[in-house]
Amino acid sequence: MQIVSYLVYLIASILFIFGIKKLGSPKTARQGNFLSSLGMFLAVVVTLLDQRVISYEYIILGIVVGSAIGSILALKVPMTGMPQMVGLLNGFGGGASALVAFAEYFKEADLGITFEISTLITIVLSILIGSVTFTGSLIAFGKLQELITGKVIKYPLQNPINIILILAVIVAGVFVVLDPTRIDLLYGIAGVSLLLGVLLVLPIGGADMPVAVSLLNSYSGLAASMTGFVLSNNMLIIAGALVGASGIILTLIMCRGMNRSLMNVVLGGWESAGGDGGGTSAGPQGDAKSVDAEELAMILDSVQSVVIVPGYGMAVAQAQHAVRDLTNILEKKGINVRFAIHPVAGRMPGHMNVLLAEAQVSYDKLFALEDINDDFPNVDVAIIVGANDVVNPAARHDKNSPIFGMPILNVDYAKTVVVNKRSLNVGYAGIQNELFFYPNTLMFFGSAKEAITKLNNELKEL
Amino acid sequence: MENLDLLMQIYVFVLAIFVGFELITKVPPTLHTPLMSGSNAISGITIVGALISAGLEEFSVSTILGLAALIFATINVVGGYLVTDRMLKMFKKK
Repeated sequence: MQIVSYLVYLIASILFIFGIKKLGSPKTARQGNFLSSLGMFLAVVVTLLDQRVISYEYIILGIVVGSAIGSILALKVPMTGMPQMVGLLNGFGGGASALVAFAEYFKEADLGITFEISTLITIVLSILIGSVTFTGSLIAFGKLQELITGKVIKYPLQNPINIILILAVIVAGVFVVLDPTRIDLLYGIAGVSLLLGVLLVLPIGGADMPVAVSLLNSYSGLAASMTGFVLSNNMLIIAGALVGASGIILTLIMCRGMNRSLMNVVLGGWESAGGDGGGTSAGPQGDAKSVDAEELAMILDSVQSVVIVPGYGMAVAQAQHAVRDLTNILEKKGINVRFAIHPVAGRMPGHMNVLLAEAQVSYDKLFALEDINDDFPNVDVAIIVGANDVVNPAARHDKNSPIFGMPILNVDYAKTVVVNKRSLNVGYAGIQNELFFYPNTLMFFGSAKEAITKLNNELKEL
Repeated sequence: MENLDLLMQIYVFVLAIFVGFELITKVPPTLHTPLMSGSNAISGITIVGALISAGLEEFSVSTILGLAALIFATINVVGGYLVTDRMLKMFKKK
């Protein structure tokens, strides 16, 4: 029976790997997710048949309650709320790993089994990583949901305190390994780890939450792997390692998208950098040319190639559907319309693509930065909706700008740049955008949804 | 012997990380959000450990911890897969 279980676990691991492989293309992605969930289902079923599982009351209770909460969350969450949702789910995953490690400790202690050193080490690591993931994710959720201020929260002796706490966990961990009866120390490790999760995420600014959520995603995977070591279960180790790798890759992509080191994000550097450099704005200042819906409609009527650059401001204004309509109208006129998506355009990796997919924009019109940037000189009009820092040319040439070196979409190389914005206010980084004052830039003022709808109506009348 | 087992597990862990890196670098940016929620659901695999603890014959602290872990892990698994499917359904090509 044991052998059957292990073979099914192997099949589940293979299904997870194939599931992620099929996420490589939008055509097969849904099938991939199904394969992955099938793997999970098989793993659960074979575990229920395990000889150690005797009473089913609590299992049924747990599965019913968990499934109900999970389904409600999954079906109710709006697409703009996806970062919070993923953040919350990370937290539950991490919390589950820490709890399982604790349960395993009590189980072996009750049975009077002599603990292996390796088991004790991995129990401590599961509790540490799982607990940090749990509270860290709750704080990330709170910040994204705006229950907690999205500002950078700095507290005195931030780094020394965190380093001392981490050292305390390590020392306590060593003592637990030397004397496995020290339950008190295990509780202490859990308590300190929970505190550490709060303290580590609190300083990270709201705009940097995508990085934090990606990183916590990686932690939740590592926590699962550690639990796999505790239970000597290779399937958990494999599944956790896949998630750990995924989270790390996404974290690094987000950091690269902002030209920041992971350390800089984790220590909450962005807002302070923006604050210091707030007033200093190089490049042309002065008069920005503005355009109204009627004029803009006439300009668009005579062009061949349009690129739309959406930012999170578009989603905040709920303007995705108006933008989709604009795309359809322009395409009917025979104009080639594409979307240029910056890696940090949304609130998590790939978020903007999901928001546009929800508005029924075909995914083959969405282009990543590296796939479209060289083509901007051939673009007649670049329309920027709710984006700011990611199109600021200062990132290319102004060494004093806090965003210097950040990869940007080269919209200023297009023949005409249209910026839809409510005012000339600064973006997340707190810096003025010189693009607004370029000779080929036209400001199309107004809140995104109204302005684009007005533009659509003008275009239809032409 | 026990140490050898641990060593084998470390082998599996390290190789799986390499597989993960290979697979995930091939996922296009368009699908990064579903990748995250979908892999998130996979990390709910701790549900397996939770089931064993919650299903022990004798009621103990482990059972309670197992039940709490089971609820958390089930939310993670069910919520993660459902929300991923909800997103992937929307990705269409005209």
